[in-house]
Amino acid sequence: MSKTEAESGQQDRGGPGQPLIIAKDLKKHFPVRSGLFSRRSATVRAVDGVSFDVMKGETLGIVGESGCGKSTTARLLIGLIELDEGGIIFDGDSLGGDIGLKELRRGVQMVFQDSYASLNPRLTIVDSVAFGPKIQGLDKPAERARDLLARVGLDPDRFAQRYPHELSGGQRQRVNIARALAMEPRLVILDEAVSALDKSVEAQVLNLLNDLRREFGLTYVFISHDLNVVRYISDRVLVMYLGEVVEIGPSEAIYAKQAHPYTASLFAAMPSMDPDNRTEEPPLAGDPPNPIDPPSGCRFHTRCRFAEDVCAARKPALSIIGGEEAHLAACHIHEPGSGHSLANREAAQ
Amino acid sequence: MTGTPLVEFNGLKVKFKGERTVHAINGLSLSMQAGETLGLLGESGSGKSVTLKTLLRLLPPRRSEIEGEVRVNGTDITTLSGRALSAYRGGEVSMVFQEPALALDPVYTIGDQIAETVMRHKGVGRFAAMEVALDMLNRVRIPSPERRLKNFPHEMSGGMRQRAMIALALACRPKLLLADEPTTALDATVQIQILLLLRELQREFGMGVIFVTHDIGVAVEVSDRIAVMYAGNIVETGTTRDVIKNPRHPYTRGLLAANLHGAVKDERLDAIPGSPPALEEPPSACSFAPRCAFARPQCLAGLPPVTDLGAGHSVACVLEQPAFS
Amino acid sequence: MSAATDTVVPEAPVITAAGYWTGVLKRFSRDPVAVTCAVIVLLLILSAVFAPYLGLDDPYKASMIKRLKPIGYPGFPLGTDEQGRDMLSRLIYGGRLTLFVGLVPVVLAFFIGSAFGLVAGYAGGRINALIMRTVDVFFAFPSVLLAIAISSALGAGIVNSLVSLTIVFIPPIARVAESATASVRALDYIDAARASGGGALTIIRVHIIGNVLGPIFVYATSLTSVCMILAAGLSFLGIGVRPPEPEWGLMLNTLRTAIYVNPWVAALPGLMIFITSLCLNLLSDGLRSAMNVKD
Repeated sequence: MSKTEAESGQQDRGGPGQPLIIAKDLKKHFPVRSGLFSRRSATVRAVDGVSFDVMKGETLGIVGESGCGKSTTARLLIGLIELDEGGIIFDGDSLGGDIGLKELRRGVQMVFQDSYASLNPRLTIVDSVAFGPKIQGLDKPAERARDLLARVGLDPDRFAQRYPHELSGGQRQRVNIARALAMEPRLVILDEAVSALDKSVEAQVLNLLNDLRREFGLTYVFISHDLNVVRYISDRVLVMYLGEVVEIGPSEAIYAKQAHPYTASLFAAMPSMDPDNRTEEPPLAGDPPNPIDPPSGCRFHTRCRFAEDVCAARKPALSIIGGEEAHLAACHIHEPGSGHSLANREAAQ
Repeated sequence: MTGTPLVEFNGLKVKFKGERTVHAINGLSLSMQAGETLGLLGESGSGKSVTLKTLLRLLPPRRSEIEGEVRVNGTDITTLSGRALSAYRGGEVSMVFQEPALALDPVYTIGDQIAETVMRHKGVGRFAAMEVALDMLNRVRIPSPERRLKNFPHEMSGGMRQRAMIALALACRPKLLLADEPTTALDATVQIQILLLLRELQREFGMGVIFVTHDIGVAVEVSDRIAVMYAGNIVETGTTRDVIKNPRHPYTRGLLAANLHGAVKDERLDAIPGSPPALEEPPSACSFAPRCAFARPQCLAGLPPVTDLGAGHSVACVLEQPAFS
Repeated sequence: MSAATDTVVPEAPVITAAGYWTGVLKRFSRDPVAVTCAVIVLLLILSAVFAPYLGLDDPYKASMIKRLKPIGYPGFPLGTDEQGRDMLSRLIYGGRLTLFVGLVPVVLAFFIGSAFGLVAGYAGGRINALIMRTVDVFFAFPSVLLAIAISSALGAGIVNSLVSLTIVFIPPIARVAESATASVRALDYIDAARASGGGALTIIRVHIIGNVLGPIFVYATSLTSVCMILAAGLSFLGIGVRPPEPEWGLMLNTLRTAIYVNPWVAALPGLMIFITSLCLNLLSDGLRSAMNVKD
């Protein structure tokens, strides 16, 4: 591990106990403009008070449905969109105070979902990969790019001079991974990076991601809607609903028992793989509500089967589940004394 | 139940001409009975969508060449034209698309769109057609259907639009419903609702359904039988139980492993290497052989023979030939 | 059945194709209409450029006795104009000026308008609003009116009509450049480049220009025909090129009195304008479809 850091030239400052990145109360609200004079009429609360940290070398999976703010969170972490409120601390350095965007982006890179849209169609793939190192003034960018192409399984002699449209989706996504690695990042954000790939290709790319993590000592934030994939790759899982964190914890704990009713519904909504035991009833009715005007209190109360008056009235705080400090859920049922009829029973257990 | 099959493909070949020739379907033979739900499972470029489009005669006639037979209820639909074709489309067969936002007309209300189809195919008046539309919205479990009749597609959420699309497709009581990845664009919690709705409606209306998907889990939830497609042909077909619990073709097994259901963390995945063929030439051997861990010289010698394993389970792989077992 | 196998597994085939511009050229060459038009436009340009070497009559040499001769008159294959000058020679020499005033404003507007559009599209926000609203003001006037107004304000003459036509074509090109830039700006590879630490200028140079110049160029090609017609119109109205210079618009104007005497000859300059603008339009259509990668 120390070898990797020496190579990358980026030092591990706080030691293994210090989180690589801390997201503190991130908020991002987008104004929705409408009407002739583009007056501010409504706000999408895309990310509304999201906090978490990612330890060195771990993989944090983020799951949730469309509009839950997982992609916005990813773009906030890498500074592609500006924070409204909250802070980001990268290995002890706070963004905006100790380090600027430029330094942050040397340490954090991202792979996007659409492998085609994330490559410039007029550049050969070796030029695309070499772009970052060239900008950063690293030496021999082209050579570095060829090495990385080889590392992600694309023979540079055959592929380096090709254009994106001459590659398959899986090959393009390998190029995107190489491009992210060319910056020698410590954290790589994978925003639905394997979702658009065919299943057989997805498995190849997941194997590659696991190999690269070991080889380069990387930390991943892995965003996906596919719970099977998240389970396979993540150490911890964060579940988002309408811009908020509803549950976070070790993936085995969450996969064994979901504390938040929304998490439980997400798991129950996974298609069954057993033809003799098919899903008989949908866990939730209706679509996720509009993030423009999120429900009061617990945002899930409009679809929750356990909802009571307290859920609409007061926002639940993240509380510890099952005595395991790493496992937290924001639900009145798990908050002793919250006033929810199931809460006391839970506490008694 | 063993009358004329509802759908019967016999040696179907579809070739696209243009800048590059693509042999999209290569000798596909398949039949399905009335009232059955068939899951057509395959990855991008496997030809599953082309098969559906052939069935609805939606392929561009100038750029595509179709060979072989496609029979629906005993009629060869490749020769239909004019009035017979429009009666067939929408009347006998209808389709649910992946993107309801694109498939529904944005300038008409949901009620108008359903009523218009009913009036055209059933020859009833506008009032009666609106009644049918209302009934259909009820059947697809759209809340407050009277109000929704007057909604435009953009006023509805993704899940509601897909329900409306299903209502439109089923309004004329087709004998065959084609579903082209109807839940792929939806969120997980909405997807399962639509899948269960389709399953219920299928039971209620008794129509045959061909459900195209790339997701094995989705296919398991809705289908009685599954046909796995690769490179423009069916490599394995059988009851859902047989295909999932006793997959015989190496590709089917690879797909099942790639679903990661029960994959162990940090353990290397059994990934199928390489990528599907470009199909610029018609296949002269097993198309999967270049990616197959079990490939033998015989695989490259000629097209794989189809072995019938009984109970409708058949596999196109040389390894299933008696000589190998 | 065993997993072990000695068969050499061939590599799965990969889709191969040549570079982008080779592909464009290949697709373009398969379009017979576009190729024909390209050849005609090329011939027109070549004949205009090399007019003095084609052994033509002097386009200014008038002859009172040979006025308005019909097409096919011995010595004058396309007849003569109202002053007895050789029509063939005047049409070919006329192409020089006509193509010049048709192309130069578009080329100038292409550079200036693209620059405005790129900046507006990439920067967004207030800079975008400032540039695009200014552009919208020019859009409020019909282009013919705008060209006439600016030309008459500046006075007649070739340079002034070039200036006025350039101003007329900057707004539409800026518009197209802005929307092309804004749509490329929204793609993930721009975000990826920003995440790699690229500055605005570098990103515009490396990642945006190459992807927007194509569509802007195609659009500009289609404007050359409009520009030629506008230039001809200015000459026709007497605020563009002045007699006795041969220019198709001006020729159309001076021959209009002869329309009853010798309609075929009188129609020739108009026919030239028509053919050239038609070819340019079809050429830009062909370019557009040839440059469409996703097909």
